[in-house]
Amino acid sequence: MNYNHIVIRYAELALKGKNRSQFERRLQENIKIALKPFPNVKIERTYGRMFVQLNGEDHELIAEKLSKIFGIHSFSIAVKVENTLEKIQDGALRAITEILEGNKTFKVSAKRANKGFPIDSQKLNYEVGGYILENTEGLTVDVHHPDIEVKVEVREVATYISCGVYKGSGGLPVGTGGKVVLMLSGGIDSPVAGYLAMKRGVKIEAIHFHSPPYTNERAKQKVIDLTKVLTEYGGKIKLHVVPFTKIQMEIHKVIPGNYTMTIMRRMMLRISERIAEQQKAFAITTGESLGQVASQTLHSMHTINEVTNMPVLRPLVTMDKLEVIDIAQKIGTFDLSILPYEDCCTIFLPPETSTKPLRDKAHKYEEKLDIEALIEEAVGNLDSFDILPGIEASKDFEDLL
Amino acid sequence: MIYFDNSATTKPYKEVLETYSKVSEVYFGNPSSLHTLGKEAEMLLDQGRDQIAKLLKVNKKEIIFTSGGTEGNNLAIKGTALEHKNRGKHLITTSVEHASNYEAFAQLEKFGFEVTFLNVNESGEISISELKDALRDDTILVSMIHVNNELGSIQPIKEVGELLKDYPKVYFHVDHVQGMTKVPISFKDCYIDLCTISGHKFHGPKGTGVLYVRQGVKLFSLLTGGVQENNLRAGTENIPGNVAMAKALRLSMGKFVDNKNHLNELRNRLVNSLREIDGIVVNSPDNGAPHIVNFSLPGIKPEVVIQALGERKIYVSTKSACSSKLNEPSRILMVTGLGQERAESAIRASFAFENTKEEVDEFVNALKIIFLQLKEVMR
Repeated sequence: MNYNHIVIRYAELALKGKNRSQFERRLQENIKIALKPFPNVKIERTYGRMFVQLNGEDHELIAEKLSKIFGIHSFSIAVKVENTLEKIQDGALRAITEILEGNKTFKVSAKRANKGFPIDSQKLNYEVGGYILENTEGLTVDVHHPDIEVKVEVREVATYISCGVYKGSGGLPVGTGGKVVLMLSGGIDSPVAGYLAMKRGVKIEAIHFHSPPYTNERAKQKVIDLTKVLTEYGGKIKLHVVPFTKIQMEIHKVIPGNYTMTIMRRMMLRISERIAEQQKAFAITTGESLGQVASQTLHSMHTINEVTNMPVLRPLVTMDKLEVIDIAQKIGTFDLSILPYEDCCTIFLPPETSTKPLRDKAHKYEEKLDIEALIEEAVGNLDSFDILPGIEASKDFEDLL
Repeated sequence: MIYFDNSATTKPYKEVLETYSKVSEVYFGNPSSLHTLGKEAEMLLDQGRDQIAKLLKVNKKEIIFTSGGTEGNNLAIKGTALEHKNRGKHLITTSVEHASNYEAFAQLEKFGFEVTFLNVNESGEISISELKDALRDDTILVSMIHVNNELGSIQPIKEVGELLKDYPKVYFHVDHVQGMTKVPISFKDCYIDLCTISGHKFHGPKGTGVLYVRQGVKLFSLLTGGVQENNLRAGTENIPGNVAMAKALRLSMGKFVDNKNHLNELRNRLVNSLREIDGIVVNSPDNGAPHIVNFSLPGIKPEVVIQALGERKIYVSTKSACSSKLNEPSRILMVTGLGQERAESAIRASFAFENTKEEVDEFVNALKIIFLQLKEVMR
């Protein structure tokens, strides 16, 4: 293994002007947390770039982690060498040798961030390219569509040589944009909504409505597992499990069938707002997509949204189901989401649901509910806990393993 | 008691048995059940799998639980052959495989596959150039034992992996059953696609094992039914066994790190003592595994020696336990070119970390006495 570094390029951070260093610091912190399982790596930050010193750690495993961190535009596995032509030539040759198989053409793209380096970029391309040609067989130069692009970056203290670029997740570092609460049902949509919200730099806390004994422990575990997947992108996430059985029973008792879903969603939104206020979050995120089901028609959203003054972020609002599924598969939540456990949205589903509920009627029906008391009780009995990335050995199992 | 038959099987650690018993009693749910008991069992199995993956430095998804070495080898070999037969029907292995590999290939030959068995030198090692010459356009699998179970010979897995790296259509399977926790290899650095491990060879329970299946490698499933083990092996998971194996692996790997040279010391002590005894020849190569010493007493039936040692509560074996009941000279020793006489009179002593120098000395003394007595009777 000749590669000893990973060069990280930032996404939108470059646009952040005066706040830039704050964004960079947060990104560095997030990278540090994600790379905790690799004790030997060191992360250095310079203006415009970050460098992970591998110190013998597996670059493929690290690349997998980095590809999930928001705020990274791209990264490359690199060889770090001293700023002399000989060392650069030698490093470039070592770097390209490692990925030679099946490739026939290459080009060298040299860049001097360090203008003090005596050889200019053009000349460096020529010198390094020539050296590679002399010392390999079957390789030719193609400056337009090369199989391999050997990037040579001459910086102040050292030169970094890389071949091949990994795409990052883009977006902004999680934690730079404040906090939102995410209504997490266990379906396909809400984890994707959480992922997309985090992409814009916000931290999330998840809220799940649990109706034992009608929804079982596995449904709850499924949400815990989904949250765990999201932690790979956003670090530690707090999950609030709301006891929802009593509210559902009450609704079932006093609200006409075609409005139970509407009133249930209004109650959920009220509770989410209450939790958001307590946790100093400034918006509620949901997986709603316009027209997908009865609760997500424009009429429905209008009637349900009435109960909160908080911004409700709907990252999926314009997406088709297939687009959402694509993302769910990419981020690793899909297989969990399709596990067939009943959740509180399906369990009391009435035979008919109004697709055009009205605010007036909702008000009238809700008069039969002691809304404040129900909310108080639910929020008072929250089960809140932190979920951390990676599998934490359950204490019960520790002595067994 | 002196137990020097650790290549046949090892004594489970006490902690491993405690785990086995507690898991059987408390977490007996079926991990596929929907209720709480099932969920707990599933979580426990998941953590065991995660622990094994971390110890082997691979992804959790690449760990397939099996019933041991034989199943792992069969799944790897037949699974690859049957899944990819449209790409080619040529397979390569060595002439010094364990029976579970060897017989799987013999079966495939009956199904119309063509198998090349690579030769070995006196040390029991294959030659890379012979392997290179054997590779063809229709080769789909190279499979070999890492540490030979009879002689302790070590195949050049790293070199083989590096050679096969340039043959993307050829899968590389390693039978690592004897090597695990004694002769470590990195699956990634050796470009291994499939790797077999058996729990009872490192103080885990019998009936447990792992087949490492690199992500992206497709296998034909030999046991169909439920969707367990990534659809590769149907059947309710052996939770107590697998969890106990995860514990055994952790403990055994810990012992290796703490005490890397201990087995080597035992081995050198035994080999040096044996070489001083007239009439005994050491068969294991000097650069072999640290826990296996194979030697012959030409002219003497090894069963007699084993019985006599057994009376003194010293336990060793002839050849592989799996074939020791067949009354034939060792196939492995024969192909290594050691000759019929040595192949007929071979004895194998194999160590675990718990064994001591004192035990080696006691074994050598007992052997000397028995050897002298037998020489008088048998000649």
